[in-house]
Amino acid sequence: MRPKMTYKLLKRALSTSSYRSRPQVCIVGAGPAGFYAAMHLTKKLESVNIDILEKLPVPFGLIRYGVAPDHPEVKNVINQFTKVAQQPNVNFYGNITLGKDVHLHQLRQHYDAVLLSYGAEEDKTLGIENEDATNVVAARRFVGWYNGLPCDKDFKVDLSGRTAVILGQGNVALDVARILLMPIDELKKTDITEHALSALSESKLKEVYLVGRRGPLQVAFTIKELREQLKLKNCRTIWNEKDFIGVEKIVPDLPRPRKRLTELMLKSLNENQTVTDDDQIKYFKPVFFRSPNKFLVDKNNQLTGIELTCTKLVGDKLEEQRCVPTEEKDVINCDLAFRSIGYKSVQADKDLILKHGVVENNKGIVEDSAGLGKLYVAGWLGTGPVGVILHTMGNAFQVAKVMLENLNSIDSYNKGGFTEIKKIISENNSNVIDWGGWEKIDKYEKEQGKLKGKPREKVCSVEKMIEIAQK
Amino acid sequence: MLRNLLKSVTTRNLRCSIKNNGVTTNFVNQRSIAPLSTTELALKEEKVKVTFVLYDGKKLETEAKVGDTLLDVVVNNDLNIEGYGACEGTLTCSTCHVVLKKQDYDRLPEEACDEERDMLDLAYGLTDTSRLGCQITLTKDMDGLEVKVPETINDARS
Ligand SMILES: Cc1cc2nc3c(=O)[nH]c(=O)nc-3n(C[C@H](O)[C@H](O)[C@H](O)COP(=O)(O)OP(=O)(O)OC[C@H]3O[C@@H](n4cnc5c(N)ncnc54)[C@H](O)[C@@H]3O)c2cc1C
Ligand SMILES: NC(=O)c1ccc[n+]([C@@H]2O[C@H](COP(=O)([O-])OP(=O)(O)OC[C@H]3O[C@@H](n4cnc5c(N)ncnc54)[C@H](OP(=O)(O)O)[C@@H]3O)[C@@H](O)[C@H]2O)c1
Ligand code: FES
Repeated sequence: MRPKMTYKLLKRALSTSSYRSRPQVCIVGAGPAGFYAAMHLTKKLESVNIDILEKLPVPFGLIRYGVAPDHPEVKNVINQFTKVAQQPNVNFYGNITLGKDVHLHQLRQHYDAVLLSYGAEEDKTLGIENEDATNVVAARRFVGWYNGLPCDKDFKVDLSGRTAVILGQGNVALDVARILLMPIDELKKTDITEHALSALSESKLKEVYLVGRRGPLQVAFTIKELREQLKLKNCRTIWNEKDFIGVEKIVPDLPRPRKRLTELMLKSLNENQTVTDDDQIKYFKPVFFRSPNKFLVDKNNQLTGIELTCTKLVGDKLEEQRCVPTEEKDVINCDLAFRSIGYKSVQADKDLILKHGVVENNKGIVEDSAGLGKLYVAGWLGTGPVGVILHTMGNAFQVAKVMLENLNSIDSYNKGGFTEIKKIISENNSNVIDWGGWEKIDKYEKEQGKLKGKPREKVCSVEKMIEIAQK
Repeated sequence: MLRNLLKSVTTRNLRCSIKNNGVTTNFVNQRSIAPLSTTELALKEEKVKVTFVLYDGKKLETEAKVGDTLLDVVVNNDLNIEGYGACEGTLTCSTCHVVLKKQDYDRLPEEACDEERDMLDLAYGLTDTSRLGCQITLTKDMDGLEVKVPETINDARS
């Protein structure tokens, strides 16, 4: 009797409930790209099993660590991602780093498909003289610091000077400007980290420049963010009238988004631009046609200013016009400079090839070699560090569609998935954090926030996160 | 099982409340007041038919409550429109972009405010009759409304 039963049980285990009968998908990076891809795959392929591997013990990537603290509405998307993660066939495994705890070839060996969506976590540098000076900082690190990214919690920024310059005119630059210029009482109500709040409340900054190498018609920031900046309490915007020569004439011919954005700048230009001696007022000063040439420093390698090369534009299509240097130079004296000229992806695994900062792909497909799980890329790692959540979503859906076609064409699924990966990982990392672990951290942060009248107080150390999750 | 049950209950139903730094901005007040708002209570129970036409031609037809926004309709009826309404009606995502027929667009009681236009400017496939679904509140005379949901991808940009 007995042997027969065992055989039956064994057979059932192998044929139905066993993981070996399902398509196994591994997603590396729990940001929007990863979650949106998982959303699409689970909707269209019920049998799929998805494991999301994330370097940090906590999910959501730049939604948690990029989106500004005074933009809580943007973070509502976390609710959609949470629903994805709570499905029985989706697993979150935090505190696992690709390239360190596990290697790409191992993932491809044990999954039918591997999707890389680990974003872009470094920043571009200017490559100019004295870029290493004290008080020349990366906007990316400043953002990580005020948002509680563990690796930036000890970042130091000296806000004791009067003038700061932000190099670059994208939305990250505007986020940085707004956080620097915003009344501290408004920041207090957000989930900004306590260390940033206390440093910002001591800030002596009076003016913030926003320097672009091209003109008003080429700014990279978007209208909502500019409107917000212009409405900031106790802050005045001072434009340089000369930068706008000839702009008004072009406006009617611009496509709608660019047109409305330019009109808003012109409207602000024509409003009150006077400097007052009111102590409370701070100044936001966009300047155009200035390309950073070198940072000026004193004998202690401390920043004193920035030398800029004046530029002019060449080329036909307005948005694609390039800037070329002129003979003229300009200097802005300043105490602090932020480099905000874009993010950059890193090579997380030695088997990956990055070209111009992205993993090269064709509609998301990176590589397809016999015997190994297919390799895909989505989000900023594949598109470059551009676009808002909406655009990352579109890209992730598109890549997930391609994955689906390929998964559907596999005859039999026989990959081991996380059961196999776990064996590899447990050799050097026994602190894998699952969704339940994140929920504990989430609860703890909200409780801590409540005590301070904030929506949450983020835990900024990985050790502490692990401790809370494993309690 | 239990987890699944819980999940379906937590589906939120947020009406558009635009908050900015914790302060409610005033543009909501600036909008033209819907002519039917005085009888809002009586209309609460009334239903209209709404159809969402997806980019691939698939039609999702549903009954909707007068007074609900198009985003409410999608959420409450669990309509399968991927990624729709990411910011839950707070005018910060434009994933709720819809395209209306010209005659419907012109009939809407409320025009798009600056903030709605700002978000629309980010959407793919923007048209002259584009609106954000979270900002369109259904009235009784919108029975039979048909809106298009454009594709969220653009090959040129991704
Ligand atoms: C400062 C800032 C503010 C922004 N604000 C907004 C906004 O207000 N509204 C908006 O719509 N868009 C905003 N964006 C854009 C938006 O954040 C991006 O479109 C989106 O986050 C990109 O998603 P992603 O999944 O490609 O990358 P990410 O969000 O970066 O996610 C990547 C994930 O991979 C993980 N990871 C990294 N390396 C590894 C590894 N080796 N192994 C495992 N996991 C790894 C990371 O920890 C992270 O969780 C902002 C971007 C920035 C930089
Ligand atoms: N609130 C939001 O929605 C929000 C917030 C933050 C970020 N985001 C999104 O995230 C993406 C990344 O934002 P980002 O600000 O990092 O990048 P970005 O939008 O690409 O802007 C980069 C800026 O840096 C300038 N720049 C690049 N190289 C330079 C150089 N060598 N010298 C001088 N200037 C240089 C660019 O000017 P050129 O144009 O001349 O190259 C541009 O002004 C964007 O798509 C953004 O919209 C959105
Ligand atoms: S739901 Fe986000 S803008 Fe409408």
